[in-house]
Amino acid sequence: MIGSLGGLLRRAWTHPSGRWGALALVVLALVAVAAPPLLPDPAEMPDAVLGATPPSLAHPLGTDQLNRDMLARVVVGGRISLSVAVLAVLVSLTLGAAVGLVAGYAGGWVDAILMRGVDAALAIPRLFVLLLLLVVWEHIPLGALILVIGTTGWFATSRLVRGEVLRLRHEPFVTASEALGATGWRTIARHLLPNAAGPLLVAATLGVGDVILLEAGLSFLGLGVQPPTPSWGGMVLEARPLIVTAPWTAIFPGAAIVLTVLSVNLLGDALQAALDPRGA
Amino acid sequence: MSDLLEVQDLRIRFPAPGGGVSCPVDGVSLRLARGETLALVGESGSGKSLTALALLRLVPPPGVIDPASRIVLEGVNLLELQGEALRAIRGGRIGLVFQDAMTSLNPVISIGEQVRETVAAHRTLRGKEARERAIALLDEVGMPGASTRYRAYPHELSGGLRQRALIAIALAGEPDVLIADEPTTALDVTVQAQILELLDQLRTSRGMAVLLISHDLGLVAGRADRVAVMYAGQIVEEASTSRLFRSPSHPYTRALFGSIPRLDGAVDRLVPIAGAVPLPDAWPPACRFHPRCPEVLARCSIETPPVVPLAPGEMSRCWLLVKGAR
Amino acid sequence: MTALLEVRDLVKRFDTGGLLRGPRAVVHAVNGVSFELAAGETLGLVGESGSGKSTVGRVILRLTDASAGSVRFGGVDVFGLSAGELRAIRRRMQIVFQDPYSSLDPRMRAGSAVAEGLEIHRLLPSAEIPGRVAELFQEVGLDPSFSAKFPHECSGGQRQRIGIARALAVDPAFLVCDEPVSALDVSVQAQVLNLLADLQRRRGIAFLFIAHDLAVVRQLAHRIAVMYFGRIVELAPTETIIRTPLHPYTQALLSAVPEPDPARQRTRIVLKGEPPKPMAPPPGCPFASRCFHPMKNERCVNELPPLRAVGESQVACHYAEYSLQPSALSHQPSASNPQTPTPNP
Repeated sequence: MIGSLGGLLRRAWTHPSGRWGALALVVLALVAVAAPPLLPDPAEMPDAVLGATPPSLAHPLGTDQLNRDMLARVVVGGRISLSVAVLAVLVSLTLGAAVGLVAGYAGGWVDAILMRGVDAALAIPRLFVLLLLLVVWEHIPLGALILVIGTTGWFATSRLVRGEVLRLRHEPFVTASEALGATGWRTIARHLLPNAAGPLLVAATLGVGDVILLEAGLSFLGLGVQPPTPSWGGMVLEARPLIVTAPWTAIFPGAAIVLTVLSVNLLGDALQAALDPRGA
Repeated sequence: MSDLLEVQDLRIRFPAPGGGVSCPVDGVSLRLARGETLALVGESGSGKSLTALALLRLVPPPGVIDPASRIVLEGVNLLELQGEALRAIRGGRIGLVFQDAMTSLNPVISIGEQVRETVAAHRTLRGKEARERAIALLDEVGMPGASTRYRAYPHELSGGLRQRALIAIALAGEPDVLIADEPTTALDVTVQAQILELLDQLRTSRGMAVLLISHDLGLVAGRADRVAVMYAGQIVEEASTSRLFRSPSHPYTRALFGSIPRLDGAVDRLVPIAGAVPLPDAWPPACRFHPRCPEVLARCSIETPPVVPLAPGEMSRCWLLVKGAR
Repeated sequence: MTALLEVRDLVKRFDTGGLLRGPRAVVHAVNGVSFELAAGETLGLVGESGSGKSTVGRVILRLTDASAGSVRFGGVDVFGLSAGELRAIRRRMQIVFQDPYSSLDPRMRAGSAVAEGLEIHRLLPSAEIPGRVAELFQEVGLDPSFSAKFPHECSGGQRQRIGIARALAVDPAFLVCDEPVSALDVSVQAQVLNLLADLQRRRGIAFLFIAHDLAVVRQLAHRIAVMYFGRIVELAPTETIIRTPLHPYTQALLSAVPEPDPARQRTRIVLKGEPPKPMAPPPGCPFASRCFHPMKNERCVNELPPLRAVGESQVACHYAEYSLQPSALSHQPSASNPQTPTPNP
């Protein structure tokens, strides 16, 4: 399984946009993970009197309204935003894959019930649900936020996985496995899931971009990541009053959002292209 | 019988995966006269389908026909044509019947309409006349109830009837040359016989030349006047059908005969050809068949065998036929 | 001695259509098939598309449920087994598929695919599995290094061998070969056919060899059953059925097989008329609409002929005793007309 997935990644690498996207993401991830200890602690010494200062040698991205180093805040905020996105997508992926696999494999009334449920859920706008939930649940802890985003975003994935399963369900190699005496669970785990992995990976990658935007938007509304935990969306919210006097406080977190989502989408596109003309 | 179509040294280049160039069709020469059936026989990977596409300049990119090749249809070099003139050839002078009717027909248009479209594209018939001509064509290919079946969609027809519809489309432009690329592979044996019978009749009634492409030697035996055997992008043997079957002159042809199951049970145990068909980016050096040849000589792996003419219109590429080669 | 496999009155109907899926219709894929197979024997099951031959294979292995009928394997009623018992008996009855490109999991290495059966049935401790897999590769004529390859790195013939090795891993007594060489190149077909013959000799496996190509079936089969429209119309030893076919459909089928010898072209029987629609099986003989037997009459249209013994063969034809002489159908350089039928001895 790994061998062929590696092939997929290798092919995505040959795509120029995929290469840039992947590289940018790797850099971002490295910075988010490794950099914070090297940078000044953003929570240290908030100084409302000094306020926002423009980019300088001491503070390459300037400081925000509490004179906290912007670079440090953007990086830590990145760590938060990326973690939320990746973890939420993992939750969606797991739920979506599980439901899609079971529905596609079992068929019959199991499939019908599960899919009608998914259809109903898809009819309800995700953003409204989240807004409703988060307005009621003030000061939501980070873990709960991740779960909430994750559990509202798996429906389309389940449809995708189910589609793949239906496509593969009657292929001879699946029948061969059944003929050898494999149980349904074994067939799902050893044969159906690995073969659905390609489209899943693409959906996951693009999903990360979606969640970053979603979280940024929610945080911008004050509903997502709660201060003092930095997040890009939250930083843009706090920068609103300063937009004219200290534009860098909004530009840099905004640019970070754009760059990250762009890299993720480029990588996702490259993976999608690599998926299509499959080897032999 | 004069030559209607002559192909000289056809070569098709494709970029190879690791850089470099591969030639899945590498120096093919053919002659086709009016009223005769030439069979082009080869396994998958031999280049026979690409050859057929090349005749219509339909080689898929990034494949390119080598400019040194010549494809001459009644004096006109097809490789020099452009635009309208080229379009007129496709279907108008050379018709192509594909292998799989289910994927070659448009599933959302009735078969009658598809025939009519082609008629209208090639002749100056319009509207009702084009429609009537389409029905006449469907009739000519033995479609029962042609005027009713006109409105049928491909999925409503059996495999054999779909293939007949494809043949009608190929004939719509009144071509002089008909290329049939594995026209019966997807069909049942009883239907195969009917379709081949039909192609034979059409050849006689319309005075066409037919290029029959197949991997099945048995199919070809009763249907072709001459046979060209293709291996690894080249024609390794060309002969009249009776001579080919009576005494094949190339080891590959001989090996093929030894490996096919026969209904009369002439062989108790099949003799397979060792090894596998080589891929275009890794043609063996010198004689391309030498790694698998049961009659190989030392010379075969070092020096490319010449084209040995055997009789008018007959040849073979093999050192065994060159005096003093052993 | 009881036969290894006993199939009785097998019926399989597919329901199509229904709520929101189009008009309801029932496709009669298999319409009453019975035969026996002895250990180490090959029965060729021949028919054209729509004859139901592939379905028979799958139903016997319970890969699809039968609508009616019974299958006894080694004396055990296969349809009555529980899931666990079925899994155990699956070791003994395996299948090889037609399409080498989709019969192997594209994401699994060849070695893992072959080992799957060993793992499922826990036939060997994990340490011994690679060794056994290597032996199996060698048995099917592949170098053990193929273990590490993915299907797309192998040719069609190699993939087919891997599929055979996968089936052999669990040591089956019975193998359903569903058109195993139809998708292969001519030069490779012979290799795989020889391999199957060797395996039968060495391991004593019984084959149900399903194919549309009579010449191919002839190579391996001891007996041949011809299917038409979901029923067996003729069943006889190979040489008998090829030299003296008694059912008109068998005769037509034989005459249509391409003969690789231009000097010995057969007169081909060209069937006229349409076969019946799978949704609407006729009350009488399904071949009646296209039958060219001189004695065909009303009885054929209304009364279904049972499969009965005529000499060495079993034939489903009311007038099998009056079938056309073989000489009228054999190789003649000139066309010959069907002769007046005379009763066969």
